[in-house]
Amino acid sequence: MPLPKPTMIALADSTAFATTRAQPAVARGPRRRHAAVLPGFGTSAAITSLVVLSLIVFPLAVLVLRAASLGPAGFLAAAWTPRARAAYSVSLTASLLAAAASSLLGLLVAWVLARVPFPGRRILDALVDVPLALPTAVAGLVYSALYVKKGWLGQWLVPLGIQGAYSYLGIVLVLVFVSLPFAIRVVQPVIESLDRDAEEAARMLGASRAQTFLRVVLPAILPAVATGFALALARALGEYGSVVFISGNMPFKSEIAPVLIVARLEEFAYAEATTVAVLLLAMSITLLVVVNTLQQRLARNAQ
Amino acid sequence: MRSKPATTAASRPLSAVLVAGALGVVGLLIVAPLASVFYEAFARGVGAWWGALADDPDTRHAIWLSLTVAPVAVAINTVFGVAAAWLVARFRFPGRSLLISLFDVPFSVSPVVAGLALVLIFGRQGLLGPTLAWLDWKIIFAWPGLVLATTFVTLPLVVRELIPVMEAIGPEEELAAVSLGASGWQVFWRVTLPNIRWALLHGIVLANARAMGEFGAVYVVSGHIAGATDTMPLRVEKLFQEYRQPASMAVASVLAGLALVTLVAKFVIERRLEAESRDLEAARSLPDSLDHTKVEGAVA
Repeated sequence: MPLPKPTMIALADSTAFATTRAQPAVARGPRRRHAAVLPGFGTSAAITSLVVLSLIVFPLAVLVLRAASLGPAGFLAAAWTPRARAAYSVSLTASLLAAAASSLLGLLVAWVLARVPFPGRRILDALVDVPLALPTAVAGLVYSALYVKKGWLGQWLVPLGIQGAYSYLGIVLVLVFVSLPFAIRVVQPVIESLDRDAEEAARMLGASRAQTFLRVVLPAILPAVATGFALALARALGEYGSVVFISGNMPFKSEIAPVLIVARLEEFAYAEATTVAVLLLAMSITLLVVVNTLQQRLARNAQ
Repeated sequence: MRSKPATTAASRPLSAVLVAGALGVVGLLIVAPLASVFYEAFARGVGAWWGALADDPDTRHAIWLSLTVAPVAVAINTVFGVAAAWLVARFRFPGRSLLISLFDVPFSVSPVVAGLALVLIFGRQGLLGPTLAWLDWKIIFAWPGLVLATTFVTLPLVVRELIPVMEAIGPEEELAAVSLGASGWQVFWRVTLPNIRWALLHGIVLANARAMGEFGAVYVVSGHIAGATDTMPLRVEKLFQEYRQPASMAVASVLAGLALVTLVAKFVIERRLEAESRDLEAARSLPDSLDHTKVEGAVA
């Protein structure tokens, strides 16, 4: 039973171990017939429930109840203003674009890391984790400096009419940066564990390289790519720190939902901030459920 | 995997194209920004860089604040992570899978939403606002709020590292210790902790990096008062808003340097973890794998 490769995306193996790993007969809760042999159930349960209830369940419940107290009409009036609708649309489209780009580019990088030996592969592998360790504020600051007219990349791109800073494109760029590792790290181990014999058999039976990839490899890695996409999307939808630097935050144009929440909060418009936050929370929780379901399927496939 | 030649002669051009593509993606999206932070920060020389950091009292305060908030959040995370991993990896009880899913919530919830939830509880117009005002305690726009927000966003990091490792090691050694008469704390200090120390350190390093760099959640609860509640990432933003880009880049370069140190530490710790899991596997595959002295010897 090898240890799972530790990655910074702990989410990637969130439920997998709970459902798939064969359990040794562990102490089975405190009140069963074979009373707990191992100590510490009470202490660990107390600490865990204290932290989870007070830091996760209680705050989010307060948020939802506060929004619910507005009533359906009040909720709609606060959550569905033209400015909020524009923010949802920017958030959703930019995050979907970024997650799609991350999935495609991530598949390429994951494939190379898993399959193609070349000097410096370990360095490339380590560099993939940079967006997870680099504070998002730094990423936003640097991206905006790179893509302005005088920046390293902007000096070539701006004359071509490509505005990477203070634009919609800028939002997508930083979202790709923050979500790329999620797309790579979920797919990479699955490619590593692929059965090469199936591919060789397909090639021997006369399939072209493209056919082999589309008919043999892609179906096998699709659940992992989908999981990576969902994780990238969840990360992108909630991102604030980096976008605030690069988007220009123009209402109706380049304002994302989290930026709108902060703007409303600073105006003390609690109702609007809360309702937008609840909608964003609902999207995150939905994505979390999707990811968990996909991962259970992944774990089943791996067995 | 490495024993097989990964590419046949015919696919070499394709491999070269793929490698070039991957290098392009990582180079453009990751390496260029990273290099640019340090370039911009040191463009006017080391003296100017140092001056931007040390001569500005608000920046000095931000660095100091980050250094006091992050360790507290990491300490809470460590205690919680060990307790929660012990609970989930060593006991079966109703609601266990739901609990595991709840650990993941801070990963998927927007930090801004988390910050707002804290404001709705502890803010002046929040649920506990009147009580806190009566007690004259300040949580929002103050140090405790920063710690709470930072703890929330880093909450899954330690526990997520520990659960798989504790599940893989299994409870046999701990059960043996208990049957030999060890107390709960003895089992923890002498058996569990030595077994999970690298995974724990890994989680702590990740949690610390996230805690130092957190922006969204902290932004909402801090009120960004310069010289009082601005952490390093918030200081980067404030300097940027004030069009003081060189100073902003100087603070950003400190955070980027910290991220690089984190990655190196992570790399070293992961090699230790891999080595330990190999040892564990080797010990398990011995015919007399029930001999726990051997397992322990191999793991230690």
